[in-house]
Amino acid sequence: MTLLQAGPAKAARPRRSPLGWLREHIVLIAGLAALAYLLIPNVVVVVLSFNRPAGRFNYSWNEFSVNAWTDPCSVAGLCEALGLSLRIAVLSTLAAVVLGTLAAFALTRHRFRGRGGTNVLIFFPMATPEVVMGSSLLALFVNAAIVPLGFWTILIAHIMFLLSYVIVTVKARLAVLDPRLEEAAMDLYADERTTFWRVTFPLALPGIVAAALLAFALSFDDFIITNFNAGSEVTFPMFVWGAAQRGMPPQVNVIGTMMFVAALAAVIIGQFAGRRRRMR
Amino acid sequence: MSDPISVAGDGALRLVSLYKRFGPVAAVDGIDLTIPSGSFFALLGPSGCGKTTTLRMVAGLEEPTSGRILIGDVDLAGQKPYRRPVNTVFQNYALFPHLDVFQNVAFGLRRRGVRDVAAQVEQMLAMVELSGYEGRRPAQLSGGQQQRVAVARALINNPSVLLLDEPLGALDLKLRRQMQLELKRIQADVGTTFVHVTHDQEEAMTMADTVAVMNSGRIEQLGSPVELYERPRTTFVANFLGQSNLIDGTVESRDGDLAIVAVPGGRLAVHMDRMPDTDQVHVGVRPEKLNLTPADQVSGTASQRNRLAAVVTESRFIGVSTEYAVRTDAGLQLTAFVQNAGRHQPMAPGAEVEVSWDPAHTFALDVRQAADAGLDPAGAAL
Amino acid sequence: MSAPTAQPPGLVHPGLPTPPPPPPRLRSRRLPYLLLLPALAWLAIFFVVPTITLFSTSLQTGSIYEGYALTFSFSNYLDAWSRFWPQMLRSLLYAGAATVLALLIAYPLAYTMAFKAGRWRNVLLILVIAPFFTSFLIRTLAWKTILADNGIVVEVLNALRITDVLSAIGLTTDDRILATPLAVITGLTYNFLPFMILPLYATLERLDVRLIEAASDLYASPFAAFRKITLPLSMPGLVAGTLLTFIPACGDYINAQLLGSMPATAMIGNVIDAQFLRVLAYPTAAALSFTLMVGVVAIVSMYVRRAGTERLL
Repeated sequence: MTLLQAGPAKAARPRRSPLGWLREHIVLIAGLAALAYLLIPNVVVVVLSFNRPAGRFNYSWNEFSVNAWTDPCSVAGLCEALGLSLRIAVLSTLAAVVLGTLAAFALTRHRFRGRGGTNVLIFFPMATPEVVMGSSLLALFVNAAIVPLGFWTILIAHIMFLLSYVIVTVKARLAVLDPRLEEAAMDLYADERTTFWRVTFPLALPGIVAAALLAFALSFDDFIITNFNAGSEVTFPMFVWGAAQRGMPPQVNVIGTMMFVAALAAVIIGQFAGRRRRMR
Repeated sequence: MSDPISVAGDGALRLVSLYKRFGPVAAVDGIDLTIPSGSFFALLGPSGCGKTTTLRMVAGLEEPTSGRILIGDVDLAGQKPYRRPVNTVFQNYALFPHLDVFQNVAFGLRRRGVRDVAAQVEQMLAMVELSGYEGRRPAQLSGGQQQRVAVARALINNPSVLLLDEPLGALDLKLRRQMQLELKRIQADVGTTFVHVTHDQEEAMTMADTVAVMNSGRIEQLGSPVELYERPRTTFVANFLGQSNLIDGTVESRDGDLAIVAVPGGRLAVHMDRMPDTDQVHVGVRPEKLNLTPADQVSGTASQRNRLAAVVTESRFIGVSTEYAVRTDAGLQLTAFVQNAGRHQPMAPGAEVEVSWDPAHTFALDVRQAADAGLDPAGAAL
Repeated sequence: MSAPTAQPPGLVHPGLPTPPPPPPRLRSRRLPYLLLLPALAWLAIFFVVPTITLFSTSLQTGSIYEGYALTFSFSNYLDAWSRFWPQMLRSLLYAGAATVLALLIAYPLAYTMAFKAGRWRNVLLILVIAPFFTSFLIRTLAWKTILADNGIVVEVLNALRITDVLSAIGLTTDDRILATPLAVITGLTYNFLPFMILPLYATLERLDVRLIEAASDLYASPFAAFRKITLPLSMPGLVAGTLLTFIPACGDYINAQLLGSMPATAMIGNVIDAQFLRVLAYPTAAALSFTLMVGVVAIVSMYVRRAGTERLL
C-alpha cells in the first residue's frame, strides 16, 4: 500500500461511489442480515398465529383469523403440557441456581486441588450432544429402576444439564467482582456473614438472575433429553413434536408468540430496572 | 453486628518486630515503629518496599508471619479487621457500587448498630465538602469526589488510627495537591492518627509530621521531613528524597567539631555530628546548596567554605531554577540547582566555575552503602 | 507528643518475645469442597455414572424380551459402525457445514455488536437472545413455511437457477429445498447460531479498540488489521463457539426429522433415537451413543490441552 505524502491540508473528502459506501459498511450490512436471519422465523411464527389453516398443518397462510388467540386451550393436551413444562422449569431452575451458585463461588474464590478437573467436568454437559445425555440417563433410570420414568426423571435430567450453564454464568459475574470491596466491608466492621449478604451477594445478583433466566429458558425449551426420559408425561416441546406428526394447530403458534413477547418484555423490563437503579 | 475492641491508654500505634514472608520472600523484614497518637505519619518508599503490606497488617487484611501490632496497650494479634478500631482508605477507593454515597458513608456505623446515622453522615459529608451528594452512586462521581467519600466513610467511625493506602495516586497533579491540603486540614481538625502510605516523596514531606522511609521491607530512616532531608543517614534516603551529590573520600583528620575529608581534587570539611565512624565515606551535599561562581570572579579570601574547581557541562532552565551539570577538574560529576532569583548570570556549557558551599550543609555516609541506592537504573530517583 | 522512636533498621525491640503465628483457619480450607459438593455430586451421579452405564449397556447382548447380559461384546461397536457409518459420516458433514455457515453468519453480527453498535448494543443483544426464549421446535417448524415448495424463497431461487447449481452438488433435489440436505443444514445453522454468536461477542467485546487503531497507525488496511489483530485475538471465542456448535449439531436429530426426509437425510442422532425408543435395540443404540461421546471427549481434550482449563468459558 503506497503511503500518502505529507502535503497540504487534505482536500474535502471525494464523493463516494455506491460501491465505496457498500465496502465501508459491508460488515454492518452482513451483521444486520444475520440478525434478520435469526429473527425471520420468529416473525413467521407470530404471523401464522393469526392464521386459519386449510388442513391439519399450520404451515402455509390461508386466511386471517383470531380464533386461535381467543381459545388457546381448546386443543386437547396443549395447556396441560404447557403447565407441566412451566412447573418443571420453575423447580429445576430453582435447584440448579442454588447448587450452581454455590459451586461458582467455590470455583472463583478458592484455590483447591481439582479445580481444573472440575472446570472440565462442568464443560462437558454443555458440549455433549443431547442424544448422548438423554439416552445415557434413560439407560441409568431403566437399569437402576429406582424412580419410574416421568415427572421426577425429567426434573433430575433438567437439573443435571442446567448446572453447567448456571455455573458458567455466575462465574463470569463473580470474576469481575473486586475483592477489595469485601476487604473494605470487613474494614468497616462487617463480619464474614454480613459482608457476604450486604456486599458480595447483591453484587453477584445480576449474574445469578441472568443464570436463572437462562436456566428457565433452557429447561422450558428442552426436547431431546426430556423426550428420552419422560415416560408417559408430555411436556410442551414434546407436544409440539407430536403435533408435527399428527397435526399442527395455530394455537401452538399462539403459545410461541406469547412466549416470545413475554421474554422480550422480561428482558426490557430488566434493562429499565437496572438503568433506573443506576440513575437514582 | 460487630463491636470493635475499644482501646484505652495513650493510643499510640506500635509495630514490634513485624515480619511478613510470602514463601522465601520477606515483604516486611523486621519493622519496629511507634507512631504517637494524633500525628500525621507517612510511610514512604518505592513500589515493592513493603509499605502497603505493613498497612494491610495493621488493618487486619494480612496476617503477620511474626511480630506484634499494638494500639495503646491492646495487642491486635489475630483480630479480624472488623474487630479492630482501625479504618482504611483504599487505593482505588473501594466504594460499594450498589450503594449510594449516604449508604456508603453510613456503612460502618450501621454495622456497629448505630440507629440514627443521618446527622453524623451529614456532618461528615460537610467536612469533606460533599453536602448534597447523598443520593449519588459512586459511578456518578469524579475521582476526587470518590476519594473524599472514601475518607468520609472511614473517618465517620472515629477510628483510633486511619490508614491511607496511596489514596491520591489516581488523581491528576492539581487535584492531588488540593487533596493533600484537604487531608492535612482534616487531620488537624479531627486529631485522629493518620498513617499515609505513598511513594511520592513530595507528598510525604508536605503532609506528614513524621516520615519513615522504607526500602526492601525495612525502615531506612525515621524522622521529621526536615531531618530526613537535611540529615540523611543512608544513601537510599539521600537519593530517594530529593537529589544528592555523593563524593567518595578518605577521612584525613577529625579535629574538634570539624572533620576533613580528602576527595579527588581537594579537601572538604564536614561537621563531626554528621560523620559516620568509618574512614572511607561518601561526602554528600544537596544540589540547591551549591553556589556556582564564575572562575574569574572568585575572591581569593579563604572563607570557611568547601570549594572545588569545575567546568559547566550542561545547563537546563527549569523556570524556578536553572539546573547545572558540572565536572570538577578531578573528573567528579556534580549537579547544582541555582534559584532563578534574578541575581545570577546564566552560565553556558564550557564556562569555568568554582563550586562552593557551606560545610554545615555537608553530610557524610559510610562508603559501604551503595551510592546508587534509591535511584532507578537510569539514574533518576525511584 | 513524645519524640518518635528512631532505631537503626533491623534491631529487635528488646524484652518482648515473639508470639506464635496464628492458627490456620480450618473453615476456609474445607469450605470450597463443601460448596462444590452438591453440584458435583449431582453431575457425578447423573452425568458421569450414566456415561459409564451407557458404556456397559453397549457391551451387552440380548433383547428387550429376553433380557440383557453383560458379555463385553465389543463386536456391538463393529456391528453398529458397519451398519450405520453413512449416517455417521452424514452427521459430520452436516454439522461441519452448519458450523462453517454459522461462523460466517455469526462473525459479522458479533463484530457489529461489539464495535459498531454503540447505543444499540443492548438492543441487539436482546434481539439475539430473545428468540432463544421461544420454543426452538416451533421456530424450526417455521422454516417449513419459509422454505415451502411454492413459497417466495424457493420461487426466487428457482427463477435465478440457483437451485440447479445446488442440485448439482447434491444439496437439493428437484426444485425443492424442504426434505433435502440443504434444509437440514439450514435448520442446524439456525438452531445453533446463538451458541456461535455469544462466545464470539463476549471475546470481541473485550478486545481493546486501541489495538486496531495501533495497527492502522502502522499502515495496516482494515482487512489486514482484521486478519492480523482482530481474528487471532478472537480465537478463544471462536473456538468455544465452534465447539458448542459442532458437537451438539453432530448429535442432533430434530432438524433432520422436521426439515429433511427419512432415510435420505438421516443423521446418527435419528438412528440412536430410533434404536433406543422404537427398535429397542439398546446395545446397538448405546454403542453408537458412546461412540459419539468418545468423539466429544477427544475434541474437548484437544481443546483443553491447547487452551488450559481456566479458559473454558
